[in-house]
Amino acid sequence: MSGRPQTPSQTIGPFFHDALMRYGVDQIDPDAEAGAPIVVVGSVLDGAGDIVSDAMVEVWQADGSGRYRHPADGRVGDVPSSFIGFGRVASTDEGTFRVSTAMPGTVPGPNGSIQAPHLSLQIFARGLLDRLCTRIYFPDLAENAADPVLGQVPEERRDTLIARPEGQEDGASIYRFDVVLQGEGETVFFDV
Amino acid sequence: MTTPTGYRRRDRDAYPPYDHPPYGSTQLRAPSEAPLQLEHTLSEITGPGPALSEIAEEDADLTRNAGTGGEALGERIIVTGQVLDEYGTPQPKTLVEVWQCNAAGRYIHAKDQHPAPLDPNFIGAGRCVTDESGTYRFLTIKPGAYPWKNHPNAWRPAHIHFSLFGPSQATRLITQMYFPGDPLHELDPIMGSIPQEHWPRMIATYDHDITQEEWALGYRWDIVLRGPEATPFEAGGAGALA
Ligand SMILES: [Fe+2]
Repeated sequence: MSGRPQTPSQTIGPFFHDALMRYGVDQIDPDAEAGAPIVVVGSVLDGAGDIVSDAMVEVWQADGSGRYRHPADGRVGDVPSSFIGFGRVASTDEGTFRVSTAMPGTVPGPNGSIQAPHLSLQIFARGLLDRLCTRIYFPDLAENAADPVLGQVPEERRDTLIARPEGQEDGASIYRFDVVLQGEGETVFFDV
Repeated sequence: MTTPTGYRRRDRDAYPPYDHPPYGSTQLRAPSEAPLQLEHTLSEITGPGPALSEIAEEDADLTRNAGTGGEALGERIIVTGQVLDEYGTPQPKTLVEVWQCNAAGRYIHAKDQHPAPLDPNFIGAGRCVTDESGTYRFLTIKPGAYPWKNHPNAWRPAHIHFSLFGPSQATRLITQMYFPGDPLHELDPIMGSIPQEHWPRMIATYDHDITQEEWALGYRWDIVLRGPEATPFEAGGAGALA
Protein backbone atom coordinates (compact mmCIF):
# COMPACT_ATOMS: atom_id res chain seq x y z
CA MET A 1 0.00 0.00 0.00
CA SER A 2 1.29 3.44 -0.79
CA GLY A 3 1.35 6.12 1.86
CA ARG A 4 -0.23 9.51 1.89
CA PRO A 5 2.38 12.21 1.25
CA GLN A 6 3.12 14.57 4.13
CA THR A 7 1.70 18.07 3.93
CA PRO A 8 4.76 20.33 3.95
CA SER A 9 5.31 23.33 6.21
CA GLN A 10 4.90 26.96 5.14
CA THR A 11 5.81 30.07 7.08
CA ILE A 12 3.54 31.37 9.84
CA GLY A 13 3.94 34.85 8.27
CA PRO A 14 3.56 38.11 10.18
CA PHE A 15 -0.22 38.10 10.67
CA PHE A 16 -0.91 35.20 13.05
CA HIS A 17 -1.60 37.20 16.22
CA ASP A 18 -5.35 37.75 15.90
CA ALA A 19 -5.87 34.01 15.55
CA LEU A 20 -3.15 32.24 17.52
CA MET A 21 -2.38 34.75 20.28
CA ARG A 22 -6.05 34.96 21.18
CA TYR A 23 -5.22 31.59 22.70
CA GLY A 24 -1.84 32.62 24.04
CA VAL A 25 -0.66 31.06 27.31
CA ASP A 26 1.99 32.92 29.32
CA GLN A 27 1.17 31.28 32.67
CA ILE A 28 1.87 27.60 32.20
CA ASP A 29 1.28 26.71 35.86
CA PRO A 30 -1.58 29.09 36.70
CA ASP A 31 -2.38 27.62 40.11
CA ALA A 32 1.27 27.09 41.12
CA GLU A 33 0.64 23.37 41.63
CA ALA A 34 3.19 21.78 39.34
CA GLY A 35 6.55 22.75 40.79
CA ALA A 36 8.93 25.51 41.83
CA PRO A 37 7.95 28.77 40.09
CA ILE A 38 10.25 30.04 37.36
CA VAL A 39 10.08 32.75 34.71
CA VAL A 40 11.80 32.48 31.35
CA VAL A 41 12.51 35.70 29.46
CA GLY A 42 14.38 35.97 26.22
CA SER A 43 14.92 37.71 22.93
CA VAL A 44 14.77 36.31 19.45
CA LEU A 45 17.65 37.68 17.37
CA ASP A 46 18.42 37.43 13.68
CA GLY A 47 21.73 37.02 11.87
CA ALA A 48 22.45 40.76 12.07
CA GLY A 49 21.84 40.76 15.83
CA ASP A 50 18.57 42.63 15.37
CA ILE A 51 15.48 41.71 17.34
CA VAL A 52 12.75 39.62 15.75
CA SER A 53 9.48 41.18 16.85
CA ASP A 54 7.10 38.85 15.02
CA ALA A 55 8.01 35.40 16.32
CA MET A 56 5.77 32.93 18.12
CA VAL A 57 7.36 30.71 20.74
CA GLU A 58 5.60 27.58 22.00
CA VAL A 59 6.69 25.70 25.10
CA TRP A 60 6.04 22.05 25.99
CA GLN A 61 7.20 20.61 29.27
CA ALA A 62 6.76 18.07 32.03
CA ASP A 63 5.59 18.97 35.52
CA GLY A 64 7.90 19.22 38.52
CA SER A 65 7.89 15.43 38.84
CA GLY A 66 8.82 14.93 35.19
CA ARG A 67 5.36 13.82 34.04
CA TYR A 68 3.73 14.90 30.78
CA ARG A 69 0.05 15.69 30.35
CA HIS A 70 -0.23 13.20 27.51
CA PRO A 71 -1.56 9.65 27.12
CA ALA A 72 1.92 8.36 26.12
CA ASP A 73 3.12 9.09 29.66
CA GLY A 74 1.94 6.33 31.98
CA ARG A 75 1.96 8.76 34.90
CA VAL A 76 -0.41 11.22 33.20
CA GLY A 77 -3.09 10.68 35.86
CA ASP A 78 -0.87 12.23 38.51
CA VAL A 79 -0.26 15.52 36.68
CA PRO A 80 -2.02 18.39 38.50
CA SER A 81 -5.29 19.11 36.71
CA SER A 82 -4.49 22.81 36.31
CA PHE A 83 -1.27 22.01 34.43
CA ILE A 84 -1.13 21.23 30.72
CA GLY A 85 2.52 22.10 30.25
CA PHE A 86 1.86 24.20 27.16
CA GLY A 87 2.85 27.83 26.65
CA ARG A 88 2.38 30.09 23.65
CA VAL A 89 3.85 33.57 23.62
CA ALA A 90 4.73 36.09 20.92
CA SER A 91 7.80 38.27 20.87
CA THR A 92 6.94 41.89 21.52
CA ASP A 93 7.87 44.97 19.49
CA GLU A 94 10.98 45.04 21.68
CA GLY A 95 11.74 41.50 20.54
CA THR A 96 11.31 39.82 23.92
CA PHE A 97 9.13 36.96 25.10
CA ARG A 98 8.26 35.98 28.66
CA VAL A 99 6.55 32.98 30.16
CA SER A 100 6.08 31.91 33.77
CA THR A 101 5.87 28.27 34.68
CA ALA A 102 7.11 25.53 37.01
CA MET A 103 10.59 24.01 36.98
CA PRO A 104 10.20 20.66 35.21
CA GLY A 105 11.51 17.43 36.71
CA THR A 106 13.76 14.84 35.10
CA VAL A 107 12.19 12.82 32.30
CA PRO A 108 12.92 9.24 31.21
CA GLY A 109 15.25 9.04 28.21
CA PRO A 110 16.20 6.31 25.74
CA ASN A 111 17.82 3.09 26.97
CA GLY A 112 17.23 3.75 30.64
CA SER A 113 18.90 7.15 30.57
CA ILE A 114 17.54 10.15 32.44
CA GLN A 115 16.95 13.49 30.75
CA ALA A 116 17.81 16.58 32.73
CA PRO A 117 15.01 19.09 33.39
CA HIS A 118 14.24 20.90 30.14
CA LEU A 119 11.62 22.87 28.27
CA SER A 120 10.98 22.08 24.60
CA LEU A 121 10.66 25.16 22.41
CA GLN A 122 9.23 25.58 18.95
CA ILE A 123 9.84 28.87 17.18
CA PHE A 124 7.79 30.18 14.27
CA ALA A 125 8.26 33.46 12.42
CA ARG A 126 8.02 35.26 9.13
CA GLY A 127 11.08 34.14 7.19
CA LEU A 128 11.06 30.70 8.78
CA LEU A 129 9.59 28.36 6.19
CA ASP A 130 9.56 25.62 8.82
CA ARG A 131 9.51 25.72 12.61
CA LEU A 132 12.72 25.65 14.62
CA CYS A 133 12.92 23.30 17.61
CA THR A 134 15.26 23.67 20.56
CA ARG A 135 15.43 22.90 24.28
CA ILE A 136 16.07 25.05 27.32
CA TYR A 137 18.20 23.45 30.03
CA PHE A 138 19.05 24.97 33.41
CA PRO A 139 22.49 25.86 34.76
CA ASP A 140 24.39 23.97 37.44
CA LEU A 141 22.21 20.87 37.52
CA ALA A 142 24.10 17.63 38.08
CA GLU A 143 21.67 15.85 35.72
CA ASN A 144 22.92 17.90 32.75
CA ALA A 145 26.13 15.87 32.64
CA ALA A 146 24.29 12.62 31.84
CA ASP A 147 21.60 14.09 29.60
CA PRO A 148 21.55 12.08 26.35
CA VAL A 149 20.54 15.04 24.19
CA LEU A 150 23.04 17.55 25.58
CA GLY A 151 25.62 14.80 25.18
CA GLN A 152 25.06 14.77 21.40
CA VAL A 153 25.62 18.50 21.08
CA PRO A 154 29.20 19.58 20.28
CA GLU A 155 30.64 20.87 23.52
CA GLU A 156 31.42 24.32 22.17
CA ARG A 157 27.76 24.88 21.28
CA ARG A 158 26.19 23.32 24.39
CA ASP A 159 26.01 26.65 26.23
CA THR A 160 23.45 27.94 23.73
CA LEU A 161 20.95 25.52 25.29
CA ILE A 162 21.47 26.58 28.90
CA ALA A 163 19.46 29.41 30.40
CA ARG A 164 21.23 32.09 32.43
CA PRO A 165 20.00 32.85 35.97
CA GLU A 166 18.90 36.44 36.49
CA GLY A 167 17.88 36.45 40.15
CA GLN A 168 14.49 36.23 41.79
CA GLU A 169 11.21 38.04 41.36
CA ASP A 170 8.16 37.49 43.59
CA GLY A 171 9.46 34.12 44.72
CA ALA A 172 10.21 32.91 41.18
CA SER A 173 13.65 32.24 39.75
CA ILE A 174 14.22 34.25 36.59
CA TYR A 175 16.09 32.70 33.67
CA ARG A 176 17.15 34.31 30.41
CA PHE A 177 17.21 32.31 27.20
CA ASP A 178 17.95 34.13 23.96
CA VAL A 179 17.21 32.46 20.65
CA VAL A 180 19.85 33.35 18.07
CA LEU A 181 18.53 32.30 14.70
CA GLN A 182 21.74 32.68 12.73
CA GLY A 183 25.46 33.37 12.95
CA GLU A 184 27.67 33.92 15.96
CA GLY A 185 26.29 32.19 19.04
CA GLU A 186 23.61 30.52 16.91
CA THR A 187 21.28 28.45 19.08
CA VAL A 188 21.44 24.71 18.54
CA PHE A 189 18.26 23.59 16.77
CA PHE A 190 17.02 20.04 16.53
CA ASP A 191 15.40 18.08 13.75
CA VAL A 192 12.46 16.76 15.75
CA MET B 1 -4.28 3.98 22.61
CA THR B 2 -1.08 2.83 20.97
CA THR B 3 2.10 4.59 21.88
CA PRO B 4 4.61 4.96 19.08
CA THR B 5 8.23 5.18 20.13
CA GLY B 6 8.97 7.76 17.47
CA TYR B 7 7.64 9.51 14.40
CA ARG B 8 8.73 9.43 10.80
CA ARG B 9 11.05 12.21 9.71
CA ARG B 10 10.07 15.20 7.60
CA ASP B 11 9.78 14.41 3.91
CA ARG B 12 12.95 16.18 2.82
CA ASP B 13 11.92 16.29 -0.84
CA ALA B 14 8.74 18.20 -0.09
CA TYR B 15 9.64 20.28 2.97
CA PRO B 16 11.03 23.76 2.32
CA PRO B 17 14.65 24.56 3.15
CA TYR B 18 15.24 27.25 5.78
CA ASP B 19 17.46 29.18 3.40
CA HIS B 20 15.49 30.15 0.29
CA PRO B 21 16.92 33.36 -1.22
CA PRO B 22 13.87 34.29 -3.35
CA TYR B 23 12.00 34.74 -0.04
CA GLY B 24 13.97 37.69 1.30
CA SER B 25 13.04 37.28 4.98
CA THR B 26 14.89 33.96 5.13
CA GLN B 27 18.18 35.76 4.55
CA LEU B 28 18.85 36.76 8.17
CA ARG B 29 16.60 34.20 9.83
CA ALA B 30 17.65 30.86 8.36
CA PRO B 31 20.11 29.10 10.68
CA SER B 32 23.57 28.55 9.20
CA GLU B 33 23.96 25.16 10.85
CA ALA B 34 21.84 22.16 9.93
CA PRO B 35 19.55 21.08 12.77
CA LEU B 36 20.85 18.16 14.84
CA GLN B 37 18.85 14.99 14.43
CA LEU B 38 17.15 14.24 17.73
CA GLU B 39 16.19 10.70 18.61
CA HIS B 40 12.59 10.94 19.73
CA THR B 41 12.15 10.65 23.49
CA LEU B 42 9.12 10.96 25.73
CA SER B 43 9.49 14.74 25.29
CA GLU B 44 8.94 14.48 21.51
CA ILE B 45 6.31 11.73 21.31
CA THR B 46 4.18 13.73 23.71
CA GLY B 47 2.81 17.18 22.97
CA PRO B 48 -0.03 19.52 23.91
CA GLY B 49 -2.40 18.43 21.11
CA PRO B 50 -4.54 15.92 23.00
CA ALA B 51 -4.99 18.12 26.07
CA LEU B 52 -5.69 21.29 24.05
CA SER B 53 -8.19 19.53 21.81
CA GLU B 54 -10.17 18.49 24.88
CA ILE B 55 -10.73 22.06 26.02
CA ALA B 56 -10.97 23.87 22.66
CA GLU B 57 -14.29 25.42 21.80
CA GLU B 58 -15.62 25.30 18.27
CA ASP B 59 -15.39 28.62 16.40
CA ALA B 60 -15.62 27.45 12.81
CA ASP B 61 -17.92 30.00 11.15
CA LEU B 62 -15.65 32.84 10.10
CA THR B 63 -18.50 34.57 8.27
CA ARG B 64 -20.25 35.38 11.56
CA ASN B 65 -17.72 35.16 14.40
CA ALA B 66 -16.78 38.85 14.54
CA GLY B 67 -19.40 39.38 17.23
CA THR B 68 -21.11 42.21 15.34
CA GLY B 69 -24.23 40.29 14.35
CA GLY B 70 -23.32 41.01 10.73
CA GLU B 71 -22.00 38.73 8.02
CA ALA B 72 -18.63 39.01 6.30
CA LEU B 73 -18.55 40.22 2.70
CA GLY B 74 -17.17 37.98 0.00
CA GLU B 75 -17.64 34.73 -1.79
CA ARG B 76 -18.92 32.28 0.84
CA ILE B 77 -16.96 29.02 0.87
CA ILE B 78 -16.83 25.76 2.81
CA VAL B 79 -13.34 24.40 3.44
CA THR B 80 -13.29 20.85 4.70
CA GLY B 81 -11.12 17.75 4.64
CA GLN B 82 -9.63 14.97 6.66
CA VAL B 83 -6.61 15.13 8.90
CA LEU B 84 -4.71 11.87 8.37
CA ASP B 85 -1.31 10.44 9.04
CA GLU B 86 0.93 8.98 6.36
CA TYR B 87 -0.69 5.56 6.71
CA GLY B 88 -4.10 7.07 5.98
CA THR B 89 -5.15 6.75 9.60
CA PRO B 90 -7.67 9.50 10.44
CA GLN B 91 -6.65 11.84 13.24
CA PRO B 92 -9.75 12.49 15.35
CA LYS B 93 -9.91 15.13 18.10
CA THR B 94 -7.16 17.26 16.61
CA LEU B 95 -7.21 21.01 17.02
CA VAL B 96 -7.13 22.94 13.72
CA GLU B 97 -6.59 26.71 13.85
CA VAL B 98 -6.89 28.97 10.79
CA TRP B 99 -6.39 32.61 9.85
CA GLN B 100 -6.75 34.56 6.63
CA CYS B 101 -7.24 38.00 5.09
CA ASN B 102 -10.64 39.30 4.00
CA ALA B 103 -12.13 39.21 0.51
CA ALA B 104 -10.27 42.40 -0.37
CA GLY B 105 -6.90 40.95 0.64
CA ARG B 106 -6.56 42.82 3.95
CA TYR B 107 -5.77 41.31 7.35
CA ILE B 108 -7.32 42.82 10.47
CA HIS B 109 -3.73 42.87 11.81
CA ALA B 110 -2.40 46.33 12.79
CA LYS B 111 0.76 45.76 10.76
CA ASP B 112 -1.16 45.14 7.53
CA GLN B 113 -1.40 48.64 6.08
CA HIS B 114 -2.11 47.86 2.44
CA PRO B 115 -4.81 50.19 1.15
CA ALA B 116 -7.67 47.73 0.83
CA PRO B 117 -10.84 48.02 2.90
CA LEU B 118 -11.28 46.31 6.24
CA ASP B 119 -14.51 44.41 6.78
CA PRO B 120 -15.99 45.16 10.22
CA ASN B 121 -17.76 41.81 10.17
CA PHE B 122 -14.63 39.74 9.54
CA ILE B 123 -11.82 38.83 11.91
CA GLY B 124 -10.35 36.09 9.77
CA ALA B 125 -9.65 33.66 12.62
CA GLY B 126 -11.25 30.36 13.55
CA ARG B 127 -10.66 26.96 15.10
CA CYS B 128 -12.26 23.56 15.27
CA VAL B 129 -11.51 20.06 16.47
CA THR B 130 -11.66 17.13 14.03
CA ASP B 131 -14.50 14.66 14.49
CA GLU B 132 -14.28 10.87 14.79
CA SER B 133 -13.43 10.54 11.09
CA GLY B 134 -10.67 13.14 11.38
CA THR B 135 -12.75 15.68 9.48
CA TYR B 136 -12.56 19.44 10.02
CA ARG B 137 -14.92 21.99 8.44
CA PHE B 138 -14.90 25.77 8.23
CA LEU B 139 -17.40 28.19 6.74
CA THR B 140 -15.61 31.34 5.60
CA ILE B 141 -15.20 33.71 2.65
CA LYS B 142 -12.64 33.33 -0.07
CA PRO B 143 -9.56 35.37 0.85
CA GLY B 144 -8.19 37.87 -1.66
CA ALA B 145 -4.66 38.05 -3.00
CA TYR B 146 -2.53 40.67 -1.29
CA PRO B 147 0.64 42.60 -2.12
CA TRP B 148 3.83 42.32 -0.09
CA LYS B 149 7.23 43.92 -0.32
CA ASN B 150 9.40 40.89 -1.06
CA HIS B 151 10.18 42.07 -4.60
CA PRO B 152 8.67 44.57 -7.07
CA ASN B 153 4.97 43.98 -7.70
CA ALA B 154 4.90 40.95 -5.40
CA TRP B 155 1.50 39.38 -4.62
CA ARG B 156 0.68 36.42 -2.42
CA PRO B 157 -1.74 33.96 -4.01
CA ALA B 158 -4.99 33.56 -2.07
CA HIS B 159 -4.36 31.29 0.91
CA ILE B 160 -5.57 30.26 4.35
CA HIS B 161 -3.04 29.69 7.14
CA PHE B 162 -3.46 26.40 9.05
CA SER B 163 -2.00 25.33 12.41
CA LEU B 164 -2.27 21.76 13.76
CA PHE B 165 -0.75 19.92 16.69
CA GLY B 166 -1.55 16.27 16.03
CA PRO B 167 -0.65 13.75 18.73
CA SER B 168 2.94 14.82 19.46
CA GLN B 169 5.56 17.53 19.25
CA ALA B 170 6.89 15.75 16.19
CA THR B 171 3.60 16.19 14.33
CA ARG B 172 3.20 19.94 14.93
CA LEU B 173 2.53 21.68 11.61
CA ILE B 174 1.93 25.24 10.48
CA THR B 175 1.26 25.61 6.77
CA GLN B 176 -0.87 27.33 4.14
CA MET B 177 -3.68 26.10 1.91
CA TYR B 178 -3.92 27.49 -1.59
CA PHE B 179 -6.78 27.60 -4.11
CA PRO B 180 -6.77 25.79 -7.45
CA GLY B 181 -6.11 27.59 -10.72
CA ASP B 182 -4.47 30.70 -9.29
CA PRO B 183 -2.02 32.32 -11.74
CA LEU B 184 -0.05 33.74 -8.81
CA HIS B 185 1.19 30.32 -7.72
CA GLU B 186 4.10 30.30 -10.12
CA LEU B 187 5.15 33.81 -9.08
CA ASP B 188 5.14 33.14 -5.33
CA PRO B 189 8.52 32.56 -3.65
CA ILE B 190 6.88 30.99 -0.59
CA MET B 191 5.15 28.28 -2.60
CA GLY B 192 8.33 28.21 -4.66
CA SER B 193 10.24 27.00 -1.60
CA ILE B 194 8.71 23.61 -2.40
CA PRO B 195 9.27 21.78 -5.71
CA GLN B 196 6.31 22.32 -8.00
CA GLU B 197 5.63 18.58 -8.27
CA HIS B 198 4.63 18.65 -4.58
CA TRP B 199 2.33 21.68 -4.78
CA PRO B 200 -0.80 19.50 -5.05
CA ARG B 201 -0.26 18.70 -1.36
CA MET B 202 -0.93 22.36 -0.55
CA ILE B 203 -3.70 23.16 -3.07
CA ALA B 204 -7.34 22.50 -2.26
CA THR B 205 -9.64 20.85 -4.78
CA TYR B 206 -12.94 22.38 -5.85
CA ASP B 207 -15.57 19.80 -4.88
CA HIS B 208 -19.09 20.23 -6.22
CA ASP B 209 -20.37 17.63 -3.74
CA ILE B 210 -19.37 19.95 -0.92
CA THR B 211 -20.86 23.01 -2.62
CA GLN B 212 -24.26 23.85 -1.18
CA GLU B 213 -26.97 25.05 -3.50
CA GLU B 214 -27.81 28.76 -3.17
CA TRP B 215 -25.30 29.02 -0.34
CA ALA B 216 -21.55 28.34 -0.64
CA LEU B 217 -18.83 26.86 -2.86
CA GLY B 218 -17.02 23.80 -1.53
CA TYR B 219 -13.31 23.08 -1.32
CA ARG B 220 -11.66 19.90 -0.06
CA TRP B 221 -8.19 19.80 1.41
CA ASP B 222 -6.80 16.82 3.30
CA ILE B 223 -3.90 17.41 5.67
CA VAL B 224 -1.36 14.64 6.19
CA LEU B 225 0.67 14.65 9.40
CA ARG B 226 3.78 12.60 9.99
CA GLY B 227 3.02 9.03 11.00
CA PRO B 228 4.48 6.75 13.67
CA GLU B 229 7.91 5.39 12.85
CA ALA B 230 6.95 1.78 13.34
CA THR B 231 3.48 0.48 12.58
CA PRO B 232 1.65 0.34 15.91
CA PHE B 233 0.13 -3.06 16.73
CA GLU B 234 -3.43 -1.88 16.87
CA ALA B 235 -3.56 0.37 13.82
CA GLY B 236 -6.06 -1.44 11.63
CA GLY B 237 -5.23 -1.47 7.94
CA ALA B 238 -1.92 0.27 8.35
CA GLY B 239 0.81 -1.15 6.20
CA ALA B 240 4.35 -0.43 5.21
CA LEU B 241 4.80 2.73 3.25
CA ALA B 242 5.72 2.07 -0.35
FE1 LIG C 1 -1.01 35.27 4.71
